[in-house]
Amino acid sequence: MSILQELKRGIFAENPTFRLMLGMCPTLAVTTLAVNGVGMGLATTAVLLGSNLVVSALKNVIPNQVRIPSFIVIIATFVTVVSLLLEAFAYSLYEALGIFLPLIVVNCIILGRAEAYASKHSLGKSALDALGIGLGFTLSLTVLGAIREFLGAGTVFGLQVLSESADMATIFSLPPGAFITLGLMMALINGLTARRGKRSVARRNPAVAKREG
Amino acid sequence: MELFMIFFGAIFFNNFVLNRFLGICPFLGVSKRIETSVGMGMAVAFVMTLASVMTWLLQGLLLNPLGLGYLQTIVFILVIAALVQFVEMFMQKVSPTLHKALGVYLPLITTNCAILGIAILNIDYKYNLVETIVHSLGAAIGFTLALVMLAGIREKLEINDVPDAFAGVPIALITAGILALAFSGFVL
Repeated sequence: MSILQELKRGIFAENPTFRLMLGMCPTLAVTTLAVNGVGMGLATTAVLLGSNLVVSALKNVIPNQVRIPSFIVIIATFVTVVSLLLEAFAYSLYEALGIFLPLIVVNCIILGRAEAYASKHSLGKSALDALGIGLGFTLSLTVLGAIREFLGAGTVFGLQVLSESADMATIFSLPPGAFITLGLMMALINGLTARRGKRSVARRNPAVAKREG
Repeated sequence: MELFMIFFGAIFFNNFVLNRFLGICPFLGVSKRIETSVGMGMAVAFVMTLASVMTWLLQGLLLNPLGLGYLQTIVFILVIAALVQFVEMFMQKVSPTLHKALGVYLPLITTNCAILGIAILNIDYKYNLVETIVHSLGAAIGFTLALVMLAGIREKLEINDVPDAFAGVPIALITAGILALAFSGFVL
């Protein structure tokens, strides 16, 4: 599999948010602003990259029976490193992410990739997998954050898009808006995928599609 | 009065699931039937209270005096994982019926961010031991309340005609959004 395909897999076919539905807590919690979405996504990607590399490097050393606790310690170490770095160099982001920064430890995406991928594949492949999945997660969070920021405050990435006097639906910046926006986006993606699936069936075998459709 | 506010605050104003977004995975995963969601809620309440007390003691007696505050994340997650294992073994020995009722949910709890979340929040808010216990009880009741409410609605949704694209998680998320709207009424 080429490098590009490997990256694309994480962004589309195995998108952690919309396909695998993993890591829902940070997805809903920090996406009040697009910037926070990018920050959370990149912090998670950094942890994922670190943990995938170390797990892959140690895959023949870690005994099978204690692999899950070992993975958790590796992940927790990288989370601590990332949160100390953010506290030192990007304090406003550190404040905005708040409790969800240490909670990257229990983000099922990371443990899931360590168990399902990194513990079975080579260093290079694991790194690519981490980058693909991480980018997919970052992208989903950024899009969700941008939509919520636009509907809730009329800005995108802090830039005023609508005039300041416009009446915005503040509800989208509040918790209920997170659930509703994500639900609608998921439905949209489901609908588009279903339609595309039907079309590709039609291209391959028009008779079947006609009978079904 | 203070304790009263912490308790009801954790149930309603700052509902763990609907307002703080902690424990969304079990919230969406286990909320298909009322029966299972009650079981999950009880298991979470049990582990949450126990974990909060343990982590609070560790922070106060070990990490703070030794100046190891930066190890918080690593220590807490290990304590919670070990605690869940231990609770499961203990329950199996002492009360097999309780184990039968809650056992399935216990392994799921280790990666439930509500547990690690409340442990960290208790430290962040500088609660004392009694406040910690009251806060975790309130949070667990709030979690169970949200879970059971969503399960009740989803049971009804199942016999209704939902558009294909919305079936499953999307409609559950939108339902949760409307529930969250109702809960935010407590604040306004």
